[in-house]
Order: sequence, then C-alpha cells, then structure tokens
Amino acid sequence: MAMESLLRSEKMTLCQMFLQSEAAYTCVSELGELGLVQFRDLNPEVNAFQRKFVNEIRRCEEMERKLRFLEKEINKDGIPMLNTGDNPDAPAPREMIDLEATFEKLENEMKEVNSNSEALKRNFLELTELKHILRKTQTFFDEALEQHQALHDPSLTEERVGLLGDEQVARAGQPMRLGFVAGVILRERIPSFEVMLWRICRGNVFLRQAEIDSPMEDPVTGDSVHKSVFILFFQGEQLKARIKKICEGYRATLYPCPETQTERREMAIGVMTRIEDLNTVLGQTQDHRHRVLVAAAKNIKVWFIKVRKIKAIYHTLNQFNLDVTQKCLIAECWCPVSDLDRIQQALRRGTERSGSSVPSIINCMQSRMVPPTYNRCNKFTQGFQNIVDAYGVACYREVNPAPFTCITFPFLFAVMFGDMGHGLIMFLFALFLVLKEKTLEAKKNQNEIFSTFFGGRYIILLMGAFSMYTGFIYNDIFSKPLNLFGCSWNLNYPGLDHDLLDKGGKITMDPNKTFLGSPYPMGVDPIWQLSSNKIAFTNSLKEKMSVILGVSHMFFGISLSFLNHRHFKKPLNIIFDFIPMVVFLFCMFGYLIIMLFVKWIKYPPSQSHEAPSLLIGLIDMFLFNYGKYVSPGEPINGDQKQLIYSGQPGFQSFLVVLAVLCVPWMMLGKPFYLRYINKYGQVCGGSCVQSDVEDDEEVMFLKIKDPARVPLTSPTNINSSTHQFRHQPLSVNSGDLLNGEEVTHNLENGPLHTEEGADEEHFEFSEVFIHQAIHTIEFCLGCISHTASYLRLWALSLAHAQLSEVLWQMVLRIGFSISTAWGSIILFFVFQIWAGMTVVILVLMEGLSAFLHALRLHWVEFQSKFYDGSGHKFTPFSFSHIVDTGVDD
Amino acid sequence: MAACPCLGPKCSIYYMIISIWGIIMLALMGVFFQIRSIALFEDVSVSESDWEKANFTRDYVKEKYEDNAINCWIAAGIYVLLFIFAFIQQRMNSRTSYEMS
Repeated sequence: MAMESLLRSEKMTLCQMFLQSEAAYTCVSELGELGLVQFRDLNPEVNAFQRKFVNEIRRCEEMERKLRFLEKEINKDGIPMLNTGDNPDAPAPREMIDLEATFEKLENEMKEVNSNSEALKRNFLELTELKHILRKTQTFFDEALEQHQALHDPSLTEERVGLLGDEQVARAGQPMRLGFVAGVILRERIPSFEVMLWRICRGNVFLRQAEIDSPMEDPVTGDSVHKSVFILFFQGEQLKARIKKICEGYRATLYPCPETQTERREMAIGVMTRIEDLNTVLGQTQDHRHRVLVAAAKNIKVWFIKVRKIKAIYHTLNQFNLDVTQKCLIAECWCPVSDLDRIQQALRRGTERSGSSVPSIINCMQSRMVPPTYNRCNKFTQGFQNIVDAYGVACYREVNPAPFTCITFPFLFAVMFGDMGHGLIMFLFALFLVLKEKTLEAKKNQNEIFSTFFGGRYIILLMGAFSMYTGFIYNDIFSKPLNLFGCSWNLNYPGLDHDLLDKGGKITMDPNKTFLGSPYPMGVDPIWQLSSNKIAFTNSLKEKMSVILGVSHMFFGISLSFLNHRHFKKPLNIIFDFIPMVVFLFCMFGYLIIMLFVKWIKYPPSQSHEAPSLLIGLIDMFLFNYGKYVSPGEPINGDQKQLIYSGQPGFQSFLVVLAVLCVPWMMLGKPFYLRYINKYGQVCGGSCVQSDVEDDEEVMFLKIKDPARVPLTSPTNINSSTHQFRHQPLSVNSGDLLNGEEVTHNLENGPLHTEEGADEEHFEFSEVFIHQAIHTIEFCLGCISHTASYLRLWALSLAHAQLSEVLWQMVLRIGFSISTAWGSIILFFVFQIWAGMTVVILVLMEGLSAFLHALRLHWVEFQSKFYDGSGHKFTPFSFSHIVDTGVDD
Repeated sequence: MAACPCLGPKCSIYYMIISIWGIIMLALMGVFFQIRSIALFEDVSVSESDWEKANFTRDYVKEKYEDNAINCWIAAGIYVLLFIFAFIQQRMNSRTSYEMS
C-alpha cells in the first residue's frame, strides 16, 4: 500500500454525507480540522446572494472588517501582536453573537476614543497656534512702538517736527488707528499669499510674518506641518472684508488678537493654562486608547482565526444541498479511500459535540467523474512534487514522476554543476536551512526570494550533495584537481626528451610508454589539469556521458509508460506503442551506447589510434555506407576505417531496417486494428478497455460498501442500504433516518449534478488515425531531438568548469603574483573578491541556469515519454492555511 | 559595552563566514604550496627570464613555492584577526539588540 501510494496518487472515492442540520456545523468544523475532504458545490447555478447561509457569511465579513480596523489601530500604535501559535476550535454558532458583541463594543470604543482625541488635538492645535500668534505679534507691536517713538523723539528731528507742527501729529494719529488681523498659514503658501494680497489690495496692506519653529501635528492625518504666523495691517472695513476672503481662500486660520498689550498678556496666560489642562486630558485619552489596544492585541490573532473558521464553515455549508424536509443537509465530497475511517470518526465527534442523537452518515457512491489527484507528501517530497505539478497535475492514478525526480533531478543538475567546492557551499547553505527549519519557519516576515530558497531547501540540499559527488568524478574543486590516489601516468619515462623540456617546449605523451596500466581509480586523472588538450579530453568524456545518461533517462521514461498502460489495462498501447518505442530507441541510440562501452573497453593504449569515431560510424550506419571499412585486425591504409567486430555491416543494416519498420507499426497498427474490431466484432477493444477500468473501480467501491466499514450507518439502515447502494447509490433511505417519515427525493440517478463524465466510446477512424500519426511523428523526431537536447549536460558542465577556471586564473592568481610580504595583503583582499564572485556568479547564477536546464530535461525530455499531466488537484477543505497565514492574509 | 559597533549585524555575519572560508582555504593552500603541489604550478609566478638566469634550477621554483606558502599563511592569519573582530562585533550587535527589545 505504501509503495503504491508513492508511485500513484491516492485512491479517491466520491462520498455522500447526510448531516443533521443541527450537527452539520460541528461536523464540517471537525472535517476542516482534519483537512481530508474536498466538497463539491451542489448548487452551482445559485448565486452567492441566494444561498442559505449568506446572512452568516455577511456577519462574518462584518466581524472581519472590525478586526481589520482594530489591527490597523494596533499597528498604528506599534503594539506587538502576540502570536501564540495556538489553534482555537471553530466556535459554536451561538458564540458568534458574543464575538460580534465584543467586536462591536471594541470598535465603538475605538471610534469614540479616536473622535475624542481628534477633537482634543484640534483644540490643542488651535491653542498652540494662538499661543504662537500672541508671542510673535508681541514682537511686531514692540517694533512698531519703537519706530513710533523714534519718529516722535523730539531731540532727533526737532527741525522737521517743528516745521510740520501739529499737522503731522494730527495726521500721525490717523494711521495709528490701523486695523489688523492675525492668523496662521502653511509656510509654503506664504509667497503666493503675499502676492495675492498685494494685487487685490493694491499694496495697501502691510504684511508681517514669522515662522513657527516647531512643526505642528495635523489632527486628522497626523502629519507634521510647518506653519507661519502673519499679521496684516490695513485701513478700512472694505479692505478687511477682502483680506478675510483671501485668508479663507488660502486656508489661513485667523485668531482674534486683542489690541492692547495687557489684554494680550492676560490672554496668553489664559491660553497657557488651557494648554496645560488639555495636555493632561490628551495624555489620559492616549493612555486609555493604549490600554484598550493592548488588551485587543493579545487576542486579535485568535479572533481572526475564529472568525475565518466560521466563515469557511458557512461557505462550505452553502455548497450543500438542503433536504426537502429541511432537517438534513446533503453534501458530496471526494475523499481518499484509506482515510474513510478517520473521516467517519471526525463525523462522529462532530455529532457528539453538537449533542445530536441522530448520527451523520457517509456513504460511497459510484461516479463516472474523474476523481482528483491526491499525492501524499512529506516535507522532503513536497518540493519535488511541486516541480512536477508545476508542469501539470498527474491524471488520477497515473504514475507519479515525483519519487523518481527526487533522485534524477538533483543528479542531472549536478552533472551540469559538478564542482566539489561549489557543491559544498550549496550543501552547507541548504543544511543550515534544514537544521534551522523550525526557527526559520516561525519567522514569517521573510522576503519572497528567501522563502523560495526555504521552500526548496531539501532540493538544494540534494543538489549540493550530488554536485560534490560529480565534482569528485570530474576531479574539480574550485577548478583545481585533487591527486588522492596517485596519478596513473608515469611522466619520467625512459626516452623522455629532456632537451626539449629544458627549452620549455610541449611534449606529447605516448600513452603506450607513460600509462601505468591501471587507470585512476575513481574520476578523472588529475594529470589532465596541466595538459594543453584537457578540453579535448573532457569534451569527449562529457559528451559520451551525457548521451548515456540521456538515453537511459528516456528508456526509463518509456518503461514507466508500460506501468501506465498495464494499470489502465490498455494492452493495445503496449503492443502498438510501448514495444515499437523501445525497439526504435534501442536500434538508434541503445546500440550507440553499447558501442560506446565497447570502444572504451576494447582498445588498450597500444591500439588506441585504431579506435573508430562513433559519430561517423552512426552516420555511415544510416547511409549503409561501408565502402571504406576494413575488417578488424587488418591494417588500415589511407582514410580507411576499421570495423569494431566482424558482421557489423549486416547487424547494423538489420537495426536500421527494424527502426524504420517501427514507424508504420506505431502509426498504422492501432487505428487499423480498432477499425477492424469496430466493424466485425466487439470481442475486445476500446470499449472493453473502458469497462475494465470500471471493473477495477467497482471492486474497490464494493469493498468499502461492506457494512462493517460503515459504522455510522444506523442499524436499521445497513441491511436495506447495502444492496441498494450498488445500483442506486443515492437513494439512501434517509426516510428511515428521519423517524420513519418516508421521503422521496429526486436523487435516484447518481451524483446530484453530474459533470460531463466519460462519454460513450465513439469510434471515429480518422480521429484515431490522425492522433496516432501525430503521436508517432512526435516520438520519432523527439527521439533524435531529445537525445541532442541531453547534450546540454555536456555543454553546461563544460561551461561551468571553464568559468570557474577562468575566475581562478583572472582573479585569485593576482593574489599569488607577488611573492614578497605585500603579496599576503593583496591575497587577503583578492581572496574576498574571488569568494564573492564565486558565490554570486558560479553558485547562484550558474546554479540557477543548471536548475532551469534540469527542469527542462525533466518536463520535456523525460515526462513526455509517459506523463499525461491533465488531472486536477485534490484541494481539501482545511483550516490549516487559515492558521498558517494568520493575520497576514 | 558603551562602544558602538562599527559593523552592522548582517555585515559582521558576512565577514565571519568569509573569514572562516578564508582561514580554511588559505591554510590548506599554504600546505599545498609547501608540498609543491603540481596543480598549483601555474599559480606560482615563475618568469621564464628569471628562471633562465637561475639556469632552470629546481631551487628557484622551490623558493617561489615556499614564498607563496608563507603568503597564504599570513593571509590566513589576517583572516583569523578579521574573524575575531567580526565575532566581537557580532556579539556587541546581539547584545544591543537584546537590550533594545
């Protein structure tokens, strides 16, 4: 069972639930905690406003709104919200009223406090402005007085005074009866205000202004604003009216300012005392507000969860069908067969909690609808399942590639990313994430990039570990080799040209003389690092290796399609699809792989120059071009090539003919066979295939319908219902349950609202033929293009190795270039640069590119061989995401 | 501790990590230079003309190798100092953040 569920999705069944209306709420609540049931909407044609529990949902939304308001207020005050992480049960429906009352009270209190404090603040602002006006205008008046005095100082301008005499005194008295207006205006409005005054009053107004140093707080928005005090002197009532209009237009606040100094002083004292009083009142309001919010902050997360649970429950209840008698709700749901017991227990708990005496019933039904795909995952496999699901959710009971992806994905990644050093960095990073899993999970306020890495931590862990392994095989650690087992090439062999070596020339090693006989035990010999033809060697190695890996990966994919055909009982697909596919792929590339190994094994160092080129050989094989070949063992003249074994031309020609024959076999076999069956008999064929599947499912359903496994069914019901279920699964005698009232309802024909089930098999030759032809052409061309596509393994691993080598040569080598003591300081700085670039370019950027290529190889090259991916995902009704997301949602 | 830390919390952790890497890697590379690893031959700054003056003797190359080994160890030593500094900074940071909360 365990193995089965890993390979395929869970067996699902469509169930019908009969919930007593008083127990429905608690039952659904229990099922939400369980999270194993996906409800179907039984009233799809009813819009959201006509449903039964629309009122309750509206109430929940109102409560949510209040909570969000409170949350906003709490955030505004910067009070930390307690996240205890506890998971309260969904409250009973009657508790909803209490919650509503609590929230109502809190909201009203908050609103009142807010409006009070706003009024107080406005008052405070006005008083402060007045205070500033009084203070600033005082200086204006003082200056005016001084000037006035200076004007009338007899000792200074005696002559003039004497000249104009009383006349001037009399005229000077008039201007002293100037009117004035004082007020406060936003600082940035002053210039235009001044201009406007000048123009409208034709320069007959005198403006004095002074900036208020401390910023004021706007009572509504809470922003701090800079303001200025101004005072306007003018003459005459008309001018006054105009000035007042302008002030109004500029949103300046005018304050009454007494004319005499003593009055002003008294007023200033009065204002000061009032400000003092207001301050204490404001402080008390703030304290009160803070106390209320702190109390609310303790509970707000729990309240959010509770309200959202209630809402989710009512939303689910809205999808149920109401029985005619209104005493019972009918639900339809998908659930995994293996969890039926747990679901029944949950239902029983729910019924007990509600205090209802009538049990809730669940029974399985037959349906032609396609069940949802449910793959059980743990935290390790979840990441890989997500990779597969991102391409397409598996069909119901189709082979799930995720378990294989767990290994092949990191491996193919590592082939492209092979370097022990870079792999180690990746591995350590993922290891940190895995070990600190709990603490990192608790911190939810992380950015998106980090949470992506965190979600894929097990993938990264495996990718790092596999990269270390492939790095070991490539013998690369930050592009340097390790000589662990001793090099297998004897460089100081007899006959070494020491003269040439002394001149610094290059020497071509003869493998006959230098090779010690046994190869380097594991991985690439470190000697290649120093050779000038290193790339030529690693190219040939990595190219062959990527072909081998790619073709075996494709063979594996095709063999998985066999499991699919067998499970869905489609023998035709095995004969006309699977077998020709295997033969075709083997004749072309399977043979090539065998030749690769033969070439590696057959030719010792002494004969290595005779080894044939396999790529040319493959081309010659398809062209039947054997003119230039000589039998093995014979001497080679000119551009002749040697055969690897005698009889090679004949066998290869046979393979080519076989491969070509596979094409019509695949293309024509199935359509013509089906046409024959369709015309002359119904022995076995497409329709038969369909029923086979059903038989299989029926066995499954009947097993569950065993009365012993349906303990919730009331005793009177068992015997009568078991037989009826088989053919009329929905005509459950719910009448029996309803105290003998005989109820007939219109549910006789299967599920209440059948979605388009599988149609009757309707044979259309042209359709089948075209489909099969496309499939064949796609596969045959795909075989070649996909094999070529796997060469990206070679290309990327080569690019990665070269890039890391270049980085070492261009950056880190600078640190070694100076051998004096300064060299160490330079090395210290250069190492930092090199390390940073290694992480950013080689690990992050190259890692991302290798990841994407590995993804493509899985989605296209591997999964196209067997995977349909047209299923729909099982999305159970669950509270877990409500608890997880909490307030952030 | 009254002194204000001059590295932020993230910066000090960054330097701690990079100095651990530097200490391990440079110390090992010092060892490899000391044993005159062939793979590092290209990293040793041997100029043809100087070597020719020294009559292509092995001692010349050996000396260069040893110079590099010592440089590596010195650089590793600097990283030890950097690590200690970053570690103290990190402790100070965590203490201040503890006091803050």
